[in-house]
Amino acid sequence: MNLTRRTAAELAESLASGDATSVEITRAHLDRIAELDDALHAFLHVDEEGALAQAAAADERRAAGNPASALDGVPIAVKDVMATKGLPTTCGSRILEGWVPPYDATVVARVRAAGLPILGKTNMDEFAMGSSTEHSAYGPTRNPWDLERIPGGSGGGSSAAVAAFEAPIALGTDTGGSIRQPGAVTGTVGMKPTYGGVSRYGLVALANSLDQAGPVTRTVLDAALLHEVIGGHDPLDSTSIDQPLPDVVGAARQGASGDLTGVRIGVVTELGGEGYQHGVLSRFQESVDLMVEAGAEVVEVSCPHFVHALATYYLILPAEASSNLARFDAMRYGLRVRPDGIEAPSAEEVMRATRDAGFGEEVKRRIILGTYALSSGYYDAYYGQAQKVRTLVSRDFEAAFERADVLVSPTAPTTAFKLGEKLDDPLAMYLNDLATIPANLSGVPGISIPSGLAEEDDLPTGVQVLAPALADDRVYRVGAALEALWTDRWGGPLLERNHGLDAVETGAPA
Amino acid sequence: MSERPSEPAAAISRDEVAHLADLARIDLSDAELDHLAPQLNVILESVVSIQGVAGDDVPPTSHALPLTNVFRDDVVTPGLTAEQALSGAPESEQQRFSVPRILGEEQ
Repeated sequence: MNLTRRTAAELAESLASGDATSVEITRAHLDRIAELDDALHAFLHVDEEGALAQAAAADERRAAGNPASALDGVPIAVKDVMATKGLPTTCGSRILEGWVPPYDATVVARVRAAGLPILGKTNMDEFAMGSSTEHSAYGPTRNPWDLERIPGGSGGGSSAAVAAFEAPIALGTDTGGSIRQPGAVTGTVGMKPTYGGVSRYGLVALANSLDQAGPVTRTVLDAALLHEVIGGHDPLDSTSIDQPLPDVVGAARQGASGDLTGVRIGVVTELGGEGYQHGVLSRFQESVDLMVEAGAEVVEVSCPHFVHALATYYLILPAEASSNLARFDAMRYGLRVRPDGIEAPSAEEVMRATRDAGFGEEVKRRIILGTYALSSGYYDAYYGQAQKVRTLVSRDFEAAFERADVLVSPTAPTTAFKLGEKLDDPLAMYLNDLATIPANLSGVPGISIPSGLAEEDDLPTGVQVLAPALADDRVYRVGAALEALWTDRWGGPLLERNHGLDAVETGAPA
Repeated sequence: MSERPSEPAAAISRDEVAHLADLARIDLSDAELDHLAPQLNVILESVVSIQGVAGDDVPPTSHALPLTNVFRDDVVTPGLTAEQALSGAPESEQQRFSVPRILGEEQ
């Protein structure tokens, strides 16, 4: 079997049994990237030399009977928002073009310590602002199902890389859905852990109180295996949870039996209906039906304040982002641009010219919106009010979780849309995150699982499973069960039905 | 919602956008201002709906999970070397960040 078609769990078995070496596996993925990525543009940087050196070191550890972890030697792709020592880190922005961090993010350090060769850095919307990767300063990533369509965002590079078998697994970050929505529109799995469950140290912050790193994979078990590598307390992140991680791998294995006897599933009234595509809703209803057949009990729950979640998010996020991005001041790192026609410009004039040249349109929009929301006179009406509504959203979750063990909804309201379609309509773009945002506002974990293709366009849809904070194991159990039920129904993984890359693979003109 | 004058209207003028860009230290061209101002208005109109949703009795949430201050022992741990810290600097001189003049003409 082609090495790039194997899951991380299967690759780990191959490595343990001596059936394949990490150098062979890593080489196969690098070849696949070389073959496809001109068309796909999932990667901003590929580290062939570094990945092969790490793979050789992994093989030596295996040969000596001393693997660093179960995934030692399984290659991975890393979203370009994470600091990687010695590898460029741009966040999809011109302002950080060519920046090479002198340190590793904690998640990156953990991945390296566990022996996973890093294939490269994946494309993203600039500073993770967007739902399509079209806001990357380096050009969009394309959806492996249809090269004319978006791969989701902001982590569309990671989702496309995994969906196109360029990498078995990848790292992402999710501030309002940037792991889960790309998962839904590419037919892959995306997991946002509980806020504080995975360290944020070394992530270039978008909105500190919402950002969370997590796994981007093709299977629920792979997500759990990666979660175990990156999760757990980190003294370098003051919001990191100082508690042991739940047994996420055990939960994923338990769920794989497909049995959901006694599990209470809550369907959220407010996350469906108007604004959701017909095929997305059909696949969601069938997912619920499958879970009922597997023994789950379904209750409908209402979360009345979720209707305000989008507005709340688009006040809190720009406010935090405008403050965070103040660090790009052209003084200590990144771009420095001198304004035209000014002799001996001041630091402030250089700063203004640099930020104009270095930031893209969406970043400017959000910085100005955030500056507005934080202005004196408006603070209470906007930012202060948004923080209060955040409390109400959390209370809705608490009430819902009294009646249900997990909550379910479609992950994204539509399938992948065409590149350019929503680029100049910010509000339409923001609506993509309608269903994913409440989890970020409240900090609860959520996973997106493929739920089949919408009949009207033959494109992937996703179902989201949410659990109370710290109960990440629950979303793995239910997610793995739903994945098993659907895979059984399809007679194989959904990605086997993707023919969007056939022309590229055979070298035919696109 | 009643129209109390203390509440900001969901409208933002081109001049206000220019002022905010100034506060945010971004030089925006006239073309950018023309383009951004109406888009920001559309966004603001959609977020203004949250005014009045939460009453005075609702406490704000600033972090997703309840947090307490985190303390650690005051021990020296290795940090970046000066060379590493300066590795991304646009300009450096004598182990320092080199920056344009800080004061304006009038100062």
